[in-house]
Amino acid sequence: MIVVERVSRTFPARSGSVAALHEIDLTVAEGEFVAVIGRSGCGKSTLLRLIAGLLEPTSGTITVTGRAVRAPSREVALMQQQPALLPWRTALGNVLLPVEMARQPRAEGAVRARELLDAVGLAGFHHRHPYELSGGMQQRVALCRALIQRPRVLLMDEPFSALDALTREDMAAQLQALHLARPATTVFVTHSIQEAVLLADRVAVLSPRPGRVREVLTIDIPRPRSLGRSAALPAVAECVAHLHDVLAESGDD
Amino acid sequence: MTRIRSAGLPLLGAVTALAIWWAGTVVFGIRPFFLPAPPDIVAAFRREPAYLLREAGSTVAVTVTGFGIAVVTGLLLAMVLTAWRALERATLPVLVALNSVPKVAVAPLLVVWLGFGAQPKIVLVVLICFFPVVVATMAGLTSTPVELSELSRSLSASVWQAYVKIRLPWALPQMFVGLKVGISLAVIGAVVAEINNPTGGLGAVIVLSGTSFDTPLAFAAIALLALLSTALFYLVAGLERLLVPWARAISG
Ligand SMILES: Nc1ncnc2c1ncn2[C@@H]1O[C@H](COP(=O)(O)OP(=O)(O)O)[C@@H](O)[C@H]1O
Ligand SMILES: [Mg+2]
Repeated sequence: MIVVERVSRTFPARSGSVAALHEIDLTVAEGEFVAVIGRSGCGKSTLLRLIAGLLEPTSGTITVTGRAVRAPSREVALMQQQPALLPWRTALGNVLLPVEMARQPRAEGAVRARELLDAVGLAGFHHRHPYELSGGMQQRVALCRALIQRPRVLLMDEPFSALDALTREDMAAQLQALHLARPATTVFVTHSIQEAVLLADRVAVLSPRPGRVREVLTIDIPRPRSLGRSAALPAVAECVAHLHDVLAESGDD
Repeated sequence: MTRIRSAGLPLLGAVTALAIWWAGTVVFGIRPFFLPAPPDIVAAFRREPAYLLREAGSTVAVTVTGFGIAVVTGLLLAMVLTAWRALERATLPVLVALNSVPKVAVAPLLVVWLGFGAQPKIVLVVLICFFPVVVATMAGLTSTPVELSELSRSLSASVWQAYVKIRLPWALPQMFVGLKVGISLAVIGAVVAEINNPTGGLGAVIVLSGTSFDTPLAFAAIALLALLSTALFYLVAGLERLLVPWARAISG
């Protein structure tokens, strides 16, 4: 579904250039949920923006749904770290933005938008503006906006990192439920090991300067998982401990 | 309670200021020719209401015409100049520099170039409020947050969609900052032009009342100007509240 082959990306910098990513290989199967973890600055956002078609690789190839990525596609939805909501639109209006951009009928979109908002617990908030919503609610609206077009591929860049711990857990649980109900091929960037182990089929660990895939760990734990119950399972503890070790090694050079 | 306070306190302040002024003229025995008391000004207004209102109307016409021209051309120019990054970089410093030139200094020249009609007055108003509108609108149009422009790219928005649905609405609050500065300056521009070229308007009333030593009449004209300027400002501010109610909420 997503195939990243020997992809490098460098950026011009004051002294020469920085290699953000160096010869990355990553394959994500249809419907699979892959988490990408790594320290900040190791190229996670760059990888996601390359897959999204917002950035071009310096070398290497990326194919999504069988086609080489040249520009953003409507089959791919991106969810950023900031909610990036339009302050003049209500929650419902924000969720409908992709529908309008694709010039699809608003009425049909609105039905689905309402369902999505209800599903993430925003039933009474369809007509509120972003400034009337908490950070967690805003990010839920952003999640609905990412899902409204039923994307085949969902790219998420640390979507919960600005939220408090309890809200994060809620959102992770909701994301898991939505993914189980309708699995989109997902690449989920996070710097939380717990979140990665809770959500992912596989976890790719990036190491910094230049960014490389250090290891890909398969998480063989039955779903649905929950932070509370699953944390006690020996398999979960093992995965978490292992990822800790890999991250620690890949840290300071 | 807070409602009463927010309306009542400014009113109390205004009434107190008027009372001190009035008391001052009485206690120190100041002659109306020097500093008229509030009742003298009211009397001056009641002496010649039709004249004052006609001239006020002419000042409003000059102000609003000039402001309207400045807003339409200013918004269009800002849109054109921010369409290309290079053009914006090249022109913005020039505009900021022009913005700081005291435009009222050209009022006498405008009379030389354009004669004694309404034209030089309107042109001065346009000149004086054009630059704040352009500069503020350009600032608004170039301040779209990265995450929003990335969002519109990731949604494969057309250039037109990105502009109309994201960039333009995002610029509105800053555009209104320019409009509010502009409308206040527009009144000043109109009065300066009328003082320089006293063929009509409240500025002319002030000049002519000076030659006839009718200070209360000049004060009546000034009071009308203050009212007019305040009313126009709140008109623009009201339009802002109507069009961008979200701006207050996110900035406050
Ligand atoms: N647009 C850019 N211009 C220059 N350097 C960039 C740009 N984007 C990212 N980088 C650099 O690439 C590296 C990886 O950045 P990023 O992908 O944002 O990392 P992460 O998301 O893992 O924190 C960093 O060193 C960053 O400074
Ligand atoms: Mg990042």
